[in-house]
Amino acid sequence: MPRLSRSLLLGLALLPLSAAADRPLNVVAPWEITGADPSTSGYVYARMRVAETLVDTDDAGQPAPGLATAWEQSEDGRRWRFTLRDDVTFHDGSPLTAEAVAASLEHALAKPGMLDAAPIDAIRADGDAVVIELESAFALLPALLSHSSTLILAPDAYAEAGRVERMIGTGPYRVETLAPPQRLSVARFDDYWGEAPAIDSASYLAVGRGETRALMAESGDADVVFTLDPASRARLGRSANLTLHAEPLPRTIVFKANAEHPYLDDPRARRALSLAVDREGIATGLLRHPEAAAPELFPAALGPWHLGLDAAAARDLAQARELLDELGWEMGSKGILERDGEPFRLTLRTFSDRPELPLVATALQDQWRELGVELDVAVGNSSEIPSGHRDGSLELGLMARNYGLVPDPLGTLIEDFGTDPDDMGGDWGAMGWRDADLAGWLDTLRQDADPDTRTELAQRVASRLNEAMPVVPIAWYQQTAAVSTAVEGFSIDPLERSYRIDELRWAE
Amino acid sequence: MSRALSPSATRRWTSGLGGVLAPRLFQAGLVAWMVGTLTFVLTRALPGDMAYRIAAGRYGDDMVNTHAAEAVRAELALDQPALNAYFGWLWDLMNFDLGRSLVSGEPVMRELGHQLGHSLGLALAAVLLSLLIGPPLGLAAGLRPKGALDRISEVVASVLRALPPFAVGLVLVLVFSVTLGWLPAAGHGRTAHTILPALTLALALAAVSSRVARNAMADVAQAPYYAFSRTKGLGERLSFLRHGLRNAAVPVVAYLGVQLVYLIEGVVVVETLFAWPGIGHALVHAIVARDVPMIQGTALVMGLLFVVLNTLVDLVCHLLDPRRRTA
Repeated sequence: MPRLSRSLLLGLALLPLSAAADRPLNVVAPWEITGADPSTSGYVYARMRVAETLVDTDDAGQPAPGLATAWEQSEDGRRWRFTLRDDVTFHDGSPLTAEAVAASLEHALAKPGMLDAAPIDAIRADGDAVVIELESAFALLPALLSHSSTLILAPDAYAEAGRVERMIGTGPYRVETLAPPQRLSVARFDDYWGEAPAIDSASYLAVGRGETRALMAESGDADVVFTLDPASRARLGRSANLTLHAEPLPRTIVFKANAEHPYLDDPRARRALSLAVDREGIATGLLRHPEAAAPELFPAALGPWHLGLDAAAARDLAQARELLDELGWEMGSKGILERDGEPFRLTLRTFSDRPELPLVATALQDQWRELGVELDVAVGNSSEIPSGHRDGSLELGLMARNYGLVPDPLGTLIEDFGTDPDDMGGDWGAMGWRDADLAGWLDTLRQDADPDTRTELAQRVASRLNEAMPVVPIAWYQQTAAVSTAVEGFSIDPLERSYRIDELRWAE
Repeated sequence: MSRALSPSATRRWTSGLGGVLAPRLFQAGLVAWMVGTLTFVLTRALPGDMAYRIAAGRYGDDMVNTHAAEAVRAELALDQPALNAYFGWLWDLMNFDLGRSLVSGEPVMRELGHQLGHSLGLALAAVLLSLLIGPPLGLAAGLRPKGALDRISEVVASVLRALPPFAVGLVLVLVFSVTLGWLPAAGHGRTAHTILPALTLALALAAVSSRVARNAMADVAQAPYYAFSRTKGLGERLSFLRHGLRNAAVPVVAYLGVQLVYLIEGVVVVETLFAWPGIGHALVHAIVARDVPMIQGTALVMGLLFVVLNTLVDLVCHLLDPRRRTA
C-alpha cells in the first residue's frame, strides 16, 4: 500500500497536465535566515525539510524515530545508544555514518544550543550506532536531540573551527539557492530515504511585516503564509482563494516577576497581580482568539502538565485588593496604592519582535491601574530580559516562552527553574525565587523514565508553579497560516518543527 | 547651441573638472571617518548589553540566555576597551577591511556587495521612473502656468509628497496586486518584483521634480532670451528644444541631488515593506541585533553613496552648464 500511494504521488507529480506543478511552492514566514549554521537558523532548514534530527516527533508531539530508528538507555541511565537508519545519504551523495553523526553532534555541542542542558561527557561512534556518555542520568536526551540546533549535516558542510559553510542535510528537499537573510529555494532530493514529496520545489521568503505577508497571501504571491496579524486574519478569512488554519502552540505569553523585589517578594503580591489580569479580554480583544486565555502555564497539548483550570475564575479584582491590603498597601490620593509613603510602581520590560507583546503590556498597564498599581512599560530588545535577570535590574518581564522547544516541556522547565535548590531560576524563568520541593521534583523527572511517576510529578510541578507564581501566564499562542486553495494536504505542526511541505500536493 | 555662446565659454568639458572632483574626494574621506566614528560611539552608547543583543540576533529570542551571551562575548572579545576596538576598526578600514558580521559571521564586504546591488537596482529604477514621470509633466505644466495641468499636477504632487512612502506602497499593493492581480505584492527575484517598490519611491521623487521642473520652465519661459527666441521667429517647439530644455534642466538635475536624501531614507522603509533584501533593510536589522561591523558598513556605504551621487550631479551640471567651467 505505501508503495502504491508512493507511485501514485509520483505519477501525479509527473502529470504534464497540471500546470501548477511547474512552479515552486511559495512559503512566507517572518523569520529571517542568518546563515547555514543549524545553531542560528536550524529551524528554517528543519521546517523546510532540508535537514533532519536523530529524533523526530509524531502527531501527538511525542519523540519518534528520525535518523535514529531506536534508542536505549543503559541501566544506570548514564549512557544512551542511538541506532542509525540504514541507506540514508546526504545531499552531496555521502552516506550517513555513525562517525558523521557523532561529528555533527560534537559541532552542535560546541555552540550555544539545546544540548547545553544535557550533562554530556562524550559522543562517539559505535558500529551503526552513536553512543552518548553522560555525567549523570538524563532521561530527556532523546527529546533534546529533536531540536533544530542538533540537525545532522554531512562532514563536508563544516569548514575550519566548525563554521557551517554549506547546508548539506538528509531531508526530502535539498538547498538549491540560499540568499540570506530572506530567501531559500529547495528542490526535491531524489535519493531521500523516506517517501518522496509530491511537490518538486519550494521557496522560503522571510517577510518581516505582517501587513506585507497578509497582502502576499491575498494577492496569490504566496501559497502558504505563516503568522498572521489579528487584524489581517479577519480580512483573509473572507477570501475565496484562501483557507485559514490555526493551531495552539505550547508557547505561552507570561510575565516573570523579580521575587526579590520588595513589592513582589510575597507570593500574595504576585497572585494579586495575576488576579487583576483580564485574560479573556486580552485573548478576545487583542489576540482575537477567545480560547487563547491562559489561566495556567501549560496548554492542553502538553498532556500531564495541563491542570484544566477555568480562565474566567482566574480574574477576581476584589480578592486581589484584599491580598494587597493584607500586605499593607493603602489607596493613595492619586488612585495609586501606597505603603510607607512609597507608590506601588513597577517597570515591565518587553520586546517588539513579537508584535503582540507590547499590546499585551499596555493592556496590563491599564488593568493594573484599576487595582492601583502604576506600571511603566519599557519596550526594547528580547535580550534585555535575560540581561536584566543577570544584573538584577529586572522588575517584571513580559515574554512568550516556548515550553515545547523539545517535545517535553521539562527541557525548558529545568532551564527556567533549575534543579539545584540553592541556585534556582533562569534567564527566561524564575528570578530570585526558591522552592526546594520543585527543584527536587524536576531533578527526579530529569533522571526517572517511569511514565506513572512522570505524570504524577508533572501535575505537582504545574500546581506548585500555579500557586507560587514565579512566572504568571497570560495567554497561549496560536500558530496561524493562510493557505492557497491551490494546495492540498496542509496541516500545522503544533511543535513548529516542520512546515510539512513534503505532505503537500497541488490541487487538481 | 554652443555656437551661440562666446568663444571663451566653449572650453572643453574637462576644464575645471578637477575643481569639481578634488573637494568631493576629500569629502568622501571625511564622511567615511565621521560616519564610522559616529556609528561606533552611538552603538556603544546604546543601552543594553551588546553580548546579549548579538546573541538574540544570532540565536533568536527562544535561545538567547546568559550562556549564549557569554559565548558571544568570549568569541568576539567584546570586553576589550572601546578605544582598542575603535582603533582596530580604523586600521582595518584603512586596509579596506570591514570585518565580519557579528550575527552571520560572513564578511561585511560580501554581505554589502549582495545588498548594495539590490538597493542600487531599486534606486536606479526609481530615479529613472521618476524622471520619466516628473520632469515631462513639470515642463508641460511650466509652459502653461496656472493652466489645468499645472493646477492638477500641483495637487497630486502635494498629496504624494506628503504621504509617507509606507502608505503609498500599501495603496499600490492594494490596487495592483490584490485588486488587479497584475504585479506581485512583495518579494524579489523577477523583474516584476521591482516595479511596485520602484514606483513607490518614484512617485514621491516625481512629485518634487515635477514642481521644480515646472518652476524652472516657467522662469525660463518668462526670460528675455526665451521671448527673443520667439521674436526672432523660432516656433514654439524649436524655442523649447534650443533655449528652454537645457536651461530648465540645471535646477532639475541639481535638485535631484537634494532628493537623494529622500531616496536613501525611503529605501529603508520601502525595502522593509516589500521584503527587498537591500541595504536599508540590512541597516534596520543590524541596529536591532547590535551588529556593529554591519551598522558601520551599511552607514559607510550610504554616506559614501551620498557623496558619489552628489559628485555625479555636479558632473552632469558641469556638462549641462558651460558657464560653470570657467571656474
